[in-house]
Amino acid sequence: MRGLQTIDSFLQDFSGLLCAHNACPRESEELPVPRLKAGAKDCKDPKGPKQSRKRLHLFLTLIFSFVPYLAHADHPKPWQMYYQDPVTPVMDHLYDFHTLLLCIEGTIVLIVGALLIYVIIRFRASKNAAPSKVAHNTLLEVIWTAIPVLILVFIAFPSFKLLYMMDVTPKADLTIKAIGNQWYWTYEYPDHNIRFDSNIVPEDQLKSGQFRLLEVDNRVIVPTHTNIRIITTSSDVLHSWAVPAFGVKRDSVPGRLNETWFHVKKEGVYYGQCSELCGVKHGFMPIVVEAVTKAQFEQWLVSKKNPAQTPSGG
Amino acid sequence: MSYATTIDHVHNADHPTGWRRWVLSTNHKDIGTMYIIFGAFGALFGSTLSLLIRLQLAHPHGTLLSGGEFQIYNIVITAHGLLMIFFFVMPVLIGGFGNWFVPLMIGAPDMAFPRLNNISFWLLIPSLVLLTLSIVVGSGAGTGWTFYPPLSSIGHPDAAVDFMLVSLHLAGASSILGAINFITTIFNMRAPGMTMHKAPLFVWGILVTAFLLLLAVPVLAGAITMLLTDRGFGTSFFEPAGGGDPLLFQHLFWFFGHPEVYIMILPAFGVISQVISTFARKPVFGYLGMAYAMVSIGVIGFVVWAHHMFTVGMDVNANAYFTAATLIIAVPTGIKIFSWIATMWGGSLTFETPMLYAIGFIILFVIGGVTGVTLANGGVDISLHDTYFVVAHFHYVLSMGALFGIFAGFYYWFPKMTGKMIPEWMGNIHFWITFVGVNLIFFPMHFLGLAGMPRRIPDYPDAYSGWNYIASLGALLTFAGAIYFALIVYYGFKWGKKAPSNPWGPGATTLEWTLPSPPPFHTFETQPHVS
Repeated sequence: MRGLQTIDSFLQDFSGLLCAHNACPRESEELPVPRLKAGAKDCKDPKGPKQSRKRLHLFLTLIFSFVPYLAHADHPKPWQMYYQDPVTPVMDHLYDFHTLLLCIEGTIVLIVGALLIYVIIRFRASKNAAPSKVAHNTLLEVIWTAIPVLILVFIAFPSFKLLYMMDVTPKADLTIKAIGNQWYWTYEYPDHNIRFDSNIVPEDQLKSGQFRLLEVDNRVIVPTHTNIRIITTSSDVLHSWAVPAFGVKRDSVPGRLNETWFHVKKEGVYYGQCSELCGVKHGFMPIVVEAVTKAQFEQWLVSKKNPAQTPSGG
Repeated sequence: MSYATTIDHVHNADHPTGWRRWVLSTNHKDIGTMYIIFGAFGALFGSTLSLLIRLQLAHPHGTLLSGGEFQIYNIVITAHGLLMIFFFVMPVLIGGFGNWFVPLMIGAPDMAFPRLNNISFWLLIPSLVLLTLSIVVGSGAGTGWTFYPPLSSIGHPDAAVDFMLVSLHLAGASSILGAINFITTIFNMRAPGMTMHKAPLFVWGILVTAFLLLLAVPVLAGAITMLLTDRGFGTSFFEPAGGGDPLLFQHLFWFFGHPEVYIMILPAFGVISQVISTFARKPVFGYLGMAYAMVSIGVIGFVVWAHHMFTVGMDVNANAYFTAATLIIAVPTGIKIFSWIATMWGGSLTFETPMLYAIGFIILFVIGGVTGVTLANGGVDISLHDTYFVVAHFHYVLSMGALFGIFAGFYYWFPKMTGKMIPEWMGNIHFWITFVGVNLIFFPMHFLGLAGMPRRIPDYPDAYSGWNYIASLGALLTFAGAIYFALIVYYGFKWGKKAPSNPWGPGATTLEWTLPSPPPFHTFETQPHVS
């Protein structure tokens, strides 16, 4: 908990600063994405930590506002420059933490760049013909050792919080097993006796609106607002089951069962790709997760349990 | 008269000519030169492959490397990685600059074991031949430079991967022998008066690198041997069906692989320290801090390996430990960055080409360093592991870190090695082409990675096409810069003005600048004294 509070307080300070400098509501009118509009509203009413985090997103959005397509998406968009739209609590935290890191690191790069430019201008030979002979300064050296240590400690707390949050699977309501094969995924729903293969849709069979190299014939269907445990393994070489919008990536290793989890907050279709080099068609075994309401999910279960539809369910 | 003849005779014996001078060489400068020429071939080979990769990825639907259902693409990325690491960066920085300038900087007449030095170099030739064979034999080695099993065992049944593994065995043996030579030389052959705490930072960089090689490469050799026996002799170290574990390989590989990245960057750190001190006309600021920062980077570098494995399903406490340990490396790295800036502070700066590369190195290495801090966090790394963000990160520290270090060193020492000057304006143009080119290639890759584009894919969803196109344009520019660089070198040899013994002025205080350019075949036959 402490770690998160650290981010929050940092972001609150930071976003207060930003609101003062940027006319947030006016700028935000150009921003098409609901998430960002919410952030803009908060600007008038700076209250909870949640809102101030969103304001930071707005800040980044403003930085990147010359880009026609903004980062928020459940699939990649042209000229995208930042994460896809987070739809799980884990990815929310990951997104916020990364944004915090980006601000800290961006500041460091700017400081070093500014120092370099200053030094280049101020101490070039034509301005400073006689070089100084100063070759150490203990205080200075202690300072530039200690300050990075403090920054790293500041980073480490939210980092560990995120790490442990990702690791601990809450009580799972549904378990799905994802088995990597060269070069497709097999999914099992052990609680429901469902098993099917999920192959890429070849380019000539794509329907309009489907994404080339991302679409599969059989999507993973999951209910929203449910804790879902994913177990990954492999039948041949290493693969990795990844969905960027969920903040999930877990290697599938032959002979091992790896576990991770997600909890989708929003209905939608989420795309990922195999993320461990697995041979010639490594780039052609996408992952598609469709999150539906619980009622729709029950319907799907019924339709899937129809034996005619599970020929491959060995 | 007879006395003179004897001297003449001895002199001839010490200065062989023709093929004997090179093939049987025991002279550190000649061996260094051969390493640099060899590295130039490796660079040409490796960067041609990188151009092919970028051409393949310039647009979606790329078909350039689509042979064998894109096996060609996987072969090219594999060979690109191995060539750049083992046949470009390491030979040039360690074998080339290290051989040339460690003995000169410490005032030694040669390396401690000249014949060992010879075999270290010549082992690389069969190694490169075998690596080249691994590209063309059978269906080729398309495993990625990390060659994780089972893809590199059951996934590649024909001999290509065996060729690749034996190639790395030879390169590794070469590195271990070279490391022994450097450690012995630096510890035992320093001129009177040159204590370790007076040795130039380039020497420190090579010393720490040599220790990393000595301790890390045998672990790689073990892993390779186990993989070879898995492939050929029915063992199952990494084969789950026989009770083995593919993750064991990853632990062994990265126990070598992480120190390996410092092996590539520490000599560059040393070069940058020499160059900045020279062109700031000031001694290095915080010399001891700089030296021990390199030592601590080397030491910590051995205990962070599993940060390459945050997604494999390790225990969360292990992930937390590797996160913390990795973050700590930012501290000594920060000390180095700040000390370089402080070295420039108060200096009398001029901006010859080596200095431009050194300053470019600092800012780009900082960018690569901070993205390293991002990736160090086990939680965030889940979203970025095996995406283009990682590709961007490690090319910022290698393609801009190690490469800029190589260029800085090359322009810095070219007059010393050849006795010829390269016109400054030519080098300046080369710097700007390279600087713009590599940033165009690799900066957009951060965006691709954040948006989720996995690495090592031969074709990508159409949404990623914009930034990929920009990156490919950058690759064309960088490659044009490389061709231009070859012309510069040719010009320098052919028409370059004669270099004085010290072309860089009072800032160049290390011993190599007290010698003529180029130095005679044998140097420091009587030991210099360092006060």
